Amino acid sequence: MKNKKTEFPCPEPDFDFPVITLAHGSGGKLTNKLLDGGVFKRLKNDFLDLRHDGAILPLEGQTAFSTDSFVINPVFFPGGNIGELAVNGTVNDVAMCGGIPQYLSLSFIIEEGLPVKDFWKILCSIENAAREAGVYVVTGDTKVVDKGKGDKIFINTTGLGKIHPKADISPARIRPGDKIILSNHIAAHSIAILSIREGLTFETEIESDTTNLNHVIKDLLDKFGADIKFFRDPTRGGVATVLNETAGQTALGMEIVSENIPVLPQVKAACEMLGLDPLYSANEGVFIAIVKPGIADEMVHFLHQNPKTEKAVVLGEVTADHPGKVLMNTTLGGRRVVHMPVGEQLPRIC
Amino acid sequence: MKYLDEFRNSEIAKNILNEIKKTVTRPWIIMEVCGGQTHSLVKNGILDMLPKEIAMVHGPGCPVCVTPLHLIDKAVYLAEKEGVIMCSFGDMLRVPGSRKSLLEAKAGGADVRILYSPLEAIRIAQQNPDREVVFFAVGFETTAPANALAVLHAKKLGLKNFSLLVSHVLVPPAIENVMEDVDSHIDAFLLAGHVCSIMGYWEYYPLAEKFKIPLIVTGFEPIDLLQGILMAVKQLEAGKYEVENQYTRAVTEEGNLPAQEIIFEVFEVTDQVWRGMELIPNSGYKIKDKYAEFDAVKKFKVDIQEAEENQKCLAGEIMKGIIKPYQCPAFGKECTPENPLGAPMVSSEGACAAYYHFSDMLRPEILDLNKIKSKS
Repeated sequence: MKNKKTEFPCPEPDFDFPVITLAHGSGGKLTNKLLDGGVFKRLKNDFLDLRHDGAILPLEGQTAFSTDSFVINPVFFPGGNIGELAVNGTVNDVAMCGGIPQYLSLSFIIEEGLPVKDFWKILCSIENAAREAGVYVVTGDTKVVDKGKGDKIFINTTGLGKIHPKADISPARIRPGDKIILSNHIAAHSIAILSIREGLTFETEIESDTTNLNHVIKDLLDKFGADIKFFRDPTRGGVATVLNETAGQTALGMEIVSENIPVLPQVKAACEMLGLDPLYSANEGVFIAIVKPGIADEMVHFLHQNPKTEKAVVLGEVTADHPGKVLMNTTLGGRRVVHMPVGEQLPRIC
Repeated sequence: MKYLDEFRNSEIAKNILNEIKKTVTRPWIIMEVCGGQTHSLVKNGILDMLPKEIAMVHGPGCPVCVTPLHLIDKAVYLAEKEGVIMCSFGDMLRVPGSRKSLLEAKAGGADVRILYSPLEAIRIAQQNPDREVVFFAVGFETTAPANALAVLHAKKLGLKNFSLLVSHVLVPPAIENVMEDVDSHIDAFLLAGHVCSIMGYWEYYPLAEKFKIPLIVTGFEPIDLLQGILMAVKQLEAGKYEVENQYTRAVTEEGNLPAQEIIFEVFEVTDQVWRGMELIPNSGYKIKDKYAEFDAVKKFKVDIQEAEENQKCLAGEIMKGIIKPYQCPAFGKECTPENPLGAPMVSSEGACAAYYHFSDMLRPEILDLNKIKSKS
């Protein structure tokens, strides 16, 4: 799979030290050096440039507000790195609420010894991801912890965005007969991470699907408005978890069709080999929508025009039968319960 | 994907199902031996598609489920030992020991790593000469060649910091044990295809004779399983009891001879305790004395005895097909995947977890063995 993302330019770092040390988190001169040459330089905007303790923002009306922390091993993976993941993750969470993401906070917890060139690369990718999503990083924080007390770098981002005027996103509006739409192929992120972590190599490199979804969500809300009742992005725990949570929350059943689940052939092969189920695997550039039945096909057609959602499908529908449960019609014509995962997916012995 | 898509084809599946429906005239209870088959049956919704006369019973072929409690305790003890890197297949981590699971040991600071192959553990041992690397060598005959090969590699490389904690179990003695149980109702077996790809199927001929049961070597894809069931039903309806091979693309009568050679270079047959069942004579492997330096129990002089199982857990009867998971009073109440009393509730291959997650709400009538049997 070739990454559709264009490579972004990342100039040489403006730092005269090779690694980040505890001193860079002490709040003194070295901290300023790290911030001046790094964060403030790369993420420049009017709000951040005030260099206040916090940002002063012009917010009005209903606002979506979401926070997420990013811890990932490895920090750099095929198709992305922790920096863009931290931006896209929170941008997408705000978008899933029907919000138009505008502002982000950005906090680093850095493990002493992180090579400065790695930090710089992460920063460049944050800059690029924020630009692509159309959001400003307006406030932040940097801490450095002792070696062994962290894992290279942890990032927290919090996002704010005004609610789209036509949005009415609420699980309480979901009714039997509504259609479940999945925006793209699944499980690529999980497998990309695992392949690096476990040193597995495949004939074709599998890349993470990390990307922002706010523009496509805005386009959908512009076009379909309140006919869309629900958005969620199936990150940790995957599609199965989101559907189970929604079934539980609404006391309705979810019925999906296994044949409709889009998985790239190389991802499918890797899942087979590793004994993992794509339905439980994490995604970073996919969303689930629950919509009025009348617009489902039109919406899928609309999504197919966008490269980020070109594999969109109607995955199934909401039903009054089996409340709280997710059932899947298998390719063979059987049925099974798609349960809530207990913990992390663990590879099976045989 | 080649070798997968054609074995998941819904048209072929429908045809085989129709043939099963045409063939079956009486109730039959068929045990699929291997947890991988259980997983595939439930995942593909096959239990729900079979005619009501056929009841599938999940067998003891889940290595996670039958690894005895004392071995989990030994693994936890070794994992918590200073300087040890404990390596294991993923699904062993959540299995509860008498004190804790490997996952809990890991949370407490033990260096526990999930691997896909024991040969990765060799690499870790080479990279960490000042640490002791122990691989938790669990499984049926299928995983034995790779585990044995790891020992041979370690020997060749002169590694002094690598050892195996062995818990190997063997299928034929387990089938014998299940059949000898007076409460057992099994009419036919689907044998574990991957075990047979290593060992062949000649060793099942005496079992077919002794118990007058059909034994079908069966693969893991939906079409494999349906075909295996059809072959079993045909034999049962005709009063035959033969060993038949459905999984011809992977299994020969004599099996994989080089793999067997490696196994018997390193391992010898021994008595083995099966969790939830009992000691079954000649049902496991242990490391031969000449490779004793790679036996973690000997190397670290681990002295941990069998601990008391939770009395409320009826795993043994479930794995022998005597009762269904839902007939256990603790099922779904005190015992859930989040808080398992016994191992079959842990692994996704375990019979209890499979029932808990997948099947029982769909067709309750297929679950009641006694009802089915009373009709016959």
